[in-house]
Amino acid sequence: MNDATTVGSLRLAWTVARVDLLRLFKSRDYWGPLLIVGMVFFVAIPAVALMTVTRIEASPLLMQVGEVLDGLTTRLDDRTQALPAQGRTAFALAVFLLAPIAVVVPLTVSSAVGAQSIVGERERGTGEFLAHSPLTVGQIYLGKLLASLIPGYLATLGGFGLYSLVVNVMAGDTVGRWFFPTPGWWALVLWVLPPFLAIAVAIIVRLSAKVRSTAAAQQVASLVSLPVIIIAYGIAGGAVLDPTRAAVFIGAIAWVGAAYALIRGRRAFQRDVLLGLGDEG
Amino acid sequence: MPAISLDRVSKTFGPKLAVDELSLEVGEGSVAVLLGPNGAGKTTTVRLITGALRPDTGTIRVAGFDASAEGGEVRKRCGVVPPKPAMYDRLTGRENLRFAADVFRTGRTRIEATAEKFGIAHALDDKVGGYSTGMRTRLALTRAFLHDPEILLLDEPTAGLDPESARTVLSLIMRLATEGRTVVLCTHLLHEAEGVADLVAMMAAGQVRIMGSPDELAARFIGTPRVVIDVAEPHNLNGFTKMNGFEVEADNGRGRMTLRLESLELIPDIVDRLVASGARVRRVEPLGATLEDVYFEAQRQTRAWTGE
Repeated sequence: MNDATTVGSLRLAWTVARVDLLRLFKSRDYWGPLLIVGMVFFVAIPAVALMTVTRIEASPLLMQVGEVLDGLTTRLDDRTQALPAQGRTAFALAVFLLAPIAVVVPLTVSSAVGAQSIVGERERGTGEFLAHSPLTVGQIYLGKLLASLIPGYLATLGGFGLYSLVVNVMAGDTVGRWFFPTPGWWALVLWVLPPFLAIAVAIIVRLSAKVRSTAAAQQVASLVSLPVIIIAYGIAGGAVLDPTRAAVFIGAIAWVGAAYALIRGRRAFQRDVLLGLGDEG
Repeated sequence: MPAISLDRVSKTFGPKLAVDELSLEVGEGSVAVLLGPNGAGKTTTVRLITGALRPDTGTIRVAGFDASAEGGEVRKRCGVVPPKPAMYDRLTGRENLRFAADVFRTGRTRIEATAEKFGIAHALDDKVGGYSTGMRTRLALTRAFLHDPEILLLDEPTAGLDPESARTVLSLIMRLATEGRTVVLCTHLLHEAEGVADLVAMMAAGQVRIMGSPDELAARFIGTPRVVIDVAEPHNLNGFTKMNGFEVEADNGRGRMTLRLESLELIPDIVDRLVASGARVRRVEPLGATLEDVYFEAQRQTRAWTGE
């Protein structure tokens, strides 16, 4: 395939993704609740947690968190180690305990979109147009993947920005500087998270092509995304704890896994899955 | 070279044989009507023609391309209106058409003119979710026509429409047919095929049971042509019925008769004879067999042959 063909092919895949994104953008009943969930996770919970911690002078909780952080001394820089218990607790909450939210939110968003990506076309009958179009199955598959990945990743980036603002505003004084995002967080969001998202979406889109209703697809998607969330949750913790090695290593493995999942998903995807159910007359 | 050619094509879905050894040729610029009840295999045939489905056996060539191996080339040349013309309801008609234009790489300049042609231009900026079934069908026709396809595949395009909308859609289809495009129209409504079809293929259980032009089928299954005559003075018809070459099928005794002729060539002789006998002829109307006549007669005869 020459460059012009590749660009043309990507453009057609983007055409498929763009119409799905436009539909999503116009579906307030879909993104409205997600927006609220995102605000709760990225703004409300961190704000309340950090406000509580920064206003408590001394408590058993702060002491316990301080002890945990003592065990992580090799992974904390000198300035953070030198902080009082309150500052170290605020730092720990912001950097370690709330980190996995960055994994949960995009996976939730993307799996919801991905679950109905193919079976939704089939249920509505709109897949018929795609099936009879000159688009290749690869272009349709890539378009559907992008349409599922982009909302989740955008939610992450938006949430990441908001979260950064919230934790710096709420705990910046206590920690003594604008400390967030840390290098581990950059690695998590830019290197570790995308492949995990791709793995989950590749599996979910593939399942969406197999099931017979959107409701079934949603159920299967939650079953798939749950273990991926748990795995990613654990890895996210590791990535932010040890940004230099864990993130790079785990991210690299995840990228290989994502490539494998995407290739397998593409091979399993056939044009006829877009055609209406029960219309074989 | 035929525009569409299916050679011994079969397709199964699990245990169900949807299309069974189907062979069909549709000439370039002609209108083929696939007639048959629901489940006859019409929709599957359309899907096979565009390469959206691959046949289990047999070969399909469309506009010179193999539908299985060169499906992209085939689909570029086809415009399809599916049985349920589904669109993205949350988008406007224009947004739906832009998507189609981008997918077929035709550019968006034809949208307005094509929508005008199908009478939907006024609603292009409304959300499709608010369209009536008739408007959806018009939009689906616009979308199918947007890339100026050589071949139109219309699968029950009037399904769910009220009679007025159905008539409008049919007249649009007839207009397309006169533009020299190859059209395949699937329907189970016989009157839709009337006057449009160059070729009629009657399908049942995935097979073409009977195929031919409407005239051929009429000659084959209905046989002798008929003519209605209406004269002002019926008493002058005495002796006329003794003429050779026809038989009286019906006579209302007030000057109106339906005759079965050996040949339509006899009509001038009949008129001469009527005039010679002093009758004032008000009407002489040959009755072509309707597709409905043909369909039910063919079905009756087929049952008689196969013992179904």
